[in-house]
Amino acid sequence: MGKKKRIFAGLATVTSAVVLLAAVQRLLQPKYMSDVVEGNLIASYYDTGKDHDVLFIGDCECYENFSPVEMWRDYGISSTIRGSAQQLIWQSYYLLEDTLRYEKPDVVVFNVLSMKYGEPQSEAYNRMSIEGMRWSKSKVNCIKASMTEEESFLSYVFPILRYHSRWSELTADDFKYYFGAEPNFFSGYYLRADAKPAENVPKGTPLIDYSFSENCWNYLDKMMSLCAENNIQLVLIKAPSLYPYWYEEWDEQITEYAEKYHLPYINFLDPSIQEQTGIDYAADTYDGGLHLNVYGAEKLSRWFGAYLAERYDLRDRSGESKLAAEWDEICARYDAEIARQLKNLEQYGNVKGE
Amino acid sequence: MLFTDSIFVIGLILLCIIYFLVPKRFRWMLLLAGSIGFYAYSGPLNLIYMAVTALSTYLITLRMEKMAAAAKETVAAHKSEWSRDEKKAFKEKAKSKRFRWLVLCLVLNFGMLAVVKYGAFTLRNINTVIGWFGGSKRLPVKHFLLPMGMSFYLFQTMGYAIDVYREKYPAEKNFARLGLFVSFFPQLIQGPISRYDDLAKGLYAGNGYDPKRVTLGVQRILWGYFKKVCLADRVMPAVTALISNTDQHQGMYVLMGILYYTLRIYADFTGGIDITIGIGQVLGIPITENFNRPFFSKNITEYWRRWHITLGTWFKDYLFYPISVCQPMLKLSKWSREKLGKNVGKYLPVYVSTIAVWFVTGLWHGAAWNFIVWGLMNAVVILISERLTPLYNKFHKKYAWSNTRAYDGFMALRTTFLMGLLRMFDCYLDVPLTFKMFGTMFYKWNPQILWDGSLMKLGLSKPDYLVLGVGIVLLFTASMLGRRGSVRERLYDKSKLLSCCMTVALLLIVVVFGAYGIGYDSSQFIYNQF
Amino acid sequence: MSETLSTIIEILQDLHEDVDFESEDKLIDKKILDSFDIVTLISELSNEFDITIPADKIIPENFNSAQALANMVEELEDE
Repeated sequence: MGKKKRIFAGLATVTSAVVLLAAVQRLLQPKYMSDVVEGNLIASYYDTGKDHDVLFIGDCECYENFSPVEMWRDYGISSTIRGSAQQLIWQSYYLLEDTLRYEKPDVVVFNVLSMKYGEPQSEAYNRMSIEGMRWSKSKVNCIKASMTEEESFLSYVFPILRYHSRWSELTADDFKYYFGAEPNFFSGYYLRADAKPAENVPKGTPLIDYSFSENCWNYLDKMMSLCAENNIQLVLIKAPSLYPYWYEEWDEQITEYAEKYHLPYINFLDPSIQEQTGIDYAADTYDGGLHLNVYGAEKLSRWFGAYLAERYDLRDRSGESKLAAEWDEICARYDAEIARQLKNLEQYGNVKGE
Repeated sequence: MLFTDSIFVIGLILLCIIYFLVPKRFRWMLLLAGSIGFYAYSGPLNLIYMAVTALSTYLITLRMEKMAAAAKETVAAHKSEWSRDEKKAFKEKAKSKRFRWLVLCLVLNFGMLAVVKYGAFTLRNINTVIGWFGGSKRLPVKHFLLPMGMSFYLFQTMGYAIDVYREKYPAEKNFARLGLFVSFFPQLIQGPISRYDDLAKGLYAGNGYDPKRVTLGVQRILWGYFKKVCLADRVMPAVTALISNTDQHQGMYVLMGILYYTLRIYADFTGGIDITIGIGQVLGIPITENFNRPFFSKNITEYWRRWHITLGTWFKDYLFYPISVCQPMLKLSKWSREKLGKNVGKYLPVYVSTIAVWFVTGLWHGAAWNFIVWGLMNAVVILISERLTPLYNKFHKKYAWSNTRAYDGFMALRTTFLMGLLRMFDCYLDVPLTFKMFGTMFYKWNPQILWDGSLMKLGLSKPDYLVLGVGIVLLFTASMLGRRGSVRERLYDKSKLLSCCMTVALLLIVVVFGAYGIGYDSSQFIYNQF
Repeated sequence: MSETLSTIIEILQDLHEDVDFESEDKLIDKKILDSFDIVTLISELSNEFDITIPADKIIPENFNSAQALANMVEELEDE
């Protein structure tokens, strides 16, 4: 065999091995379509337009409590949520970095619940928060900051190393959505149209130490300076979820921090604000107070949209035809999803229609 | 470090690529640097032990060689004036002088191993004996961390020293080259124990890139990984469950445990050796085979010629023969011939050295009584079967059916099972417990566990059993096909395309069906602890 | 046939009656003699010829045939 031919044969073998492994990897990776749909949240950002005035970062208290569609319809504010389940503060920070690679919003809203976690928590949530990110220095740093002891960086680079054992658990979804997931979210919002009243919400048990960890403060500082550098207004919020319990002592620390750095901080659990938003915990939550349903989210967004528009001078952009076309598509899907869920509720008693 | 650590895999790939990029005369230096790096990663302090071994062996072998040369010169110079007896006396004196250096080398190195590996065990046993005599004082027991692969590289290096003493080949003059022989990284995890005259040539040659050799090497590595991650690591949870909960897992469970453990140790050990030899093949360094389809052996003596071959031959060449033919042994033989009869005298040396060798073999496997008992049990079985050989021969002559393939198969199964039984000592790690569990096989009648779903509660699910089942069929098929020469080589000669497809398929199988990653404890190599 | 050779064949025949030791020259390679046989053989030879066979003489070349054994014994007797 000639030298050229030899090299060609070697390259062909290596290439086919890589291609085949990549193909199998795609099959084995979870598709997050029927069950834990939250796994697709982070990646869904890259498929949408990149022209947002407001960016939400944070955990489920963001992506289940605010409806960007409502803010668009009422005020012409283009917003998106880069939320994921149990998103830790450093993940929020690196997602902010990542988003700034594509666009520069006027306002960044951060939900402060994740201040309570000073250390990496759960491998599964890490996966859902990180894997959807496109590769960048931010993603690398995010992985390094998030890994639990049992995890390895390599398995983020080659997810097949993590998911290889799913071969025995493949479902129809894995083949159906092989080439990509269907859009499930509405500018990062996870929509639920059912209701389950909040009853007997447990009070928080006393903690030994209420102070947030040094690590979290560092990332909050970094988040603040990154926003300042980019001329972005950072707004801290605590979403109106009744549980996990938000301690008075925690609230005081955030309030103090916000005052010190002249940041706005809105605690939506505050009775005076609750009165204004008009959240009704008997009707506006779908899981007994943990997360709002679409009615609650719309109420909250109406209030918050007005707040942001007024304070930060956000123009009504509904007249911009390109942007409006993008939002029309999202709004249409949004309405169809509500209709679908309501129909399922009527027919089967649940939104999934099972 | 394990073969399955990602750092090892990445390092290996990088090393192989660089190996073929640097000029040939530097390749062995690259291997040396890689080996030192690899060993330093396992624990920087371990390098000290290895350096002591390499340096002491280097200096002493050179010294012995010089002495031998000087002695020869002296004899040649006095050729005409010395009588035969004088020459003989001088030679023997010179040899015994050299022998003292060899002893120094052996004592120093094995002494190091003895302290590190057996120190705690010895002290504990001394304390037990003190207790028997009513003493209340106890010696403080200090535990050392056994450096990885010490039992492998130390035995390999001492074999080299003995060979130089015996003037089998000249000593290595370059310390760095000897260092590579001592530290060659693929052998540090699970052996084998190579001989200098087999390994050295390949190590320093700086071999070129040969597509066929590299392809076959890569396939052998992947086959090794297949055995390790798809079979050995997959069956491990069941082995752990069976040996850790011994109150519940009795009777038929013990039998299943023997089968699981047999699979585990076979797949783990032969898989590791496949990886080692495969790496050697990629680099163009022939490494001695350590296994030859051991489970096809008709009897236990044959089994030990086919399982962990390099350890067996090491003990044979450097322990069994020297003990058997040493002066005291011959005197013992002579004495017993006169006092106890011709037959006893004839076999006594063999018996004594067999028992001694198996005692040490047991000890080599681990510093605990269960390994010693295991070794001695092997000796007992070997000696019994040796005594019964004439009877077997008569049996096979008398009954034609005992010479069929089917009966050969039966004997192979019998040997495999017998070895599995002995391996219980290794499995349960406690001599009385092993005997107790062995006993439950006879009085605890619970065959229903085979079909009532109990086997599903051992940490193995249906997919696990599926992979194991298919894997065992593959192993067996490969073994059968391999009897007529290397399967990989035949496939490559037939069709290079098919051979490439097999490489890719093996890689996919290992990656997808291997038991590794989160939710699964990547277990330590069993042979790594020795 | 030398006296040494015939004595050696006699000893070998005692170990394995059904082997033709006069012509067989692959006693080790064919695994006719195992390590037990070798040790027994050495003990017999030492006894018979009053020689010492050191361990480093135990290599296949010296044990593959009766003639090779005889050569080794004669060499050792000479020393």
